[in-house]
Amino acid sequence: MVSTEQTISVTINGTTYERDVEARKLLIHFIRDDLDLTGSHVGCDTGNCGACSVIVDGQLVKSCMMLAVQADGSNVETVEGLADGEQLSKLQQSFRDHHALQCGYCTPGMLMSATALLRSNPHPSEDEIKKGLQGNICRCTGYWNIFEAVKAASE
Amino acid sequence: MLLREVGYARPGSLGEAIELLAADDGARALAGGQTLINVMKARAGSPDALVDLGRIEELKGIELGADGTLEIGAMTTYTEIIESSEARARPILGAVCAQIADVQVRNRGTIGGNICTSDPTNHLPPLLAALHAEMTIQSSDGTRTVPAADFFLGVYMTAVGPGELLTKIKLPAGRNDGFAAVTLGVEGTCIVSAAASANGSLTIALGCVDAVPVVLAPDSAEDDAIRTAVRAADLDPPSDVHASRAYRRHLAEVLAVRAARQAQGS
Ligand SMILES: Cc1cc2nc3c(=O)[nH]c(=O)nc-3n(C[C@H](O)[C@H](O)[C@H](O)COP(=O)(O)OP(=O)(O)OC[C@H]3O[C@@H](n4cnc5c(N)ncnc54)[C@H](O)[C@@H]3O)c2cc1C
Ligand code: FES
Ligand code: FES
Repeated sequence: MVSTEQTISVTINGTTYERDVEARKLLIHFIRDDLDLTGSHVGCDTGNCGACSVIVDGQLVKSCMMLAVQADGSNVETVEGLADGEQLSKLQQSFRDHHALQCGYCTPGMLMSATALLRSNPHPSEDEIKKGLQGNICRCTGYWNIFEAVKAASE
Repeated sequence: MLLREVGYARPGSLGEAIELLAADDGARALAGGQTLINVMKARAGSPDALVDLGRIEELKGIELGADGTLEIGAMTTYTEIIESSEARARPILGAVCAQIADVQVRNRGTIGGNICTSDPTNHLPPLLAALHAEMTIQSSDGTRTVPAADFFLGVYMTAVGPGELLTKIKLPAGRNDGFAAVTLGVEGTCIVSAAASANGSLTIALGCVDAVPVVLAPDSAEDDAIRTAVRAADLDPPSDVHASRAYRRHLAEVLAVRAARQAQGS
């Protein structure tokens, strides 16, 4: 059945949300505007910068390139799910220790990409780290400290 | 960005998807969405309805025949191709898919979507043309197969007509293939690309120099014969900020030779 609005059920960071959404709504806007989970960012809105990266059913995706209705029934992880209360994840702590962010705009996407990388490949080579972050643009850091933070978290 | 209002359906079977597409001229297939959603944001296309192919199992997966032929479902993602042990029967496939964009795009983008887009800068149209792929297209009238040479009709235009779906891509057996490209940055968009297959006689397909891949059959696999074949094609590629027409013509020769050498293992 074709319809312009649907009821979807999406589990995000362990909580299941059931909402009516318009088919035209991007997943990033569902996450940010409907659920008020504003950790994930919109940078380019063209699939180039990776600031909107989230993990859907175990796979890293850019949530500005997916409709919310496509995520119906899925398990989504966003940056809000990385820390355990006040306890930062090892990767987040490593970002902090290595000064891996300046303005912080790219950081949620960087963290999700690096989380996905370290999950599938806990001890990546330097080249694999760079490739794992290829879809994420940072305008501040020059990438080096981000790279160092991911490397340290993988050791 | 807010898209124009659009209908959406997520059929569970191929038959249902074809019915939905046939019922509405304004309906369009949604595969990985890694091109189509951007097209809709830019209002370069505004379908009335999207038929999401994402949960149709018949369109996914890779089968390796006893004779070495590969059958790849249109909805198989680049990541699935890269990780598939079957696809290693044709190693160039995974190697080229691994050069497309980034992890996120590779996790969603599909082989079917890549060639149905028929964007001259995409990686897979020249590759599948050089490999003599055969596409299976299905509609309510039945199934037909189209060789790669007849599949690409123009920029954003393919042999897949209204009410039809690309269902699978079939590749003959072979391992002697090559691919070379000059891109915008590492693994970026192609400025010029060349694919080669040397299983039997040498076939070369050039990307980004015309609306569709330019397929060449050089007289021999010698560098000179390849360069002569490229020159004889009298290419007329566009000039843009990334490369002039003359530079693209130069790259076409260089990359054709490079891809052919890789195909021949030298
Ligand atoms: C940042 C970025 C960088 C990129 N860089 C590259 C690159 O370097 N090289 C490259 O090759 N690609 C690149 N792409 C494009 C990407 O590979 C797309 O995935 C691909 O072009 C389209 O595949 P899709 O599965 O996402 O299709 P969609 O976007 O869902 O669909 C594209 C078109 O094909 C049609 N279609 C899809 N499947 C079928 C089917 N089975 N039957 C009939 N019609 C169908 C749709 O209706 C639509 O018109 C890039 C994309 C992004 C966002
Ligand atoms: S906002 Fe999604 S990739 Fe830039
Ligand atoms: S820290 Fe500013 S964009 Fe990366």
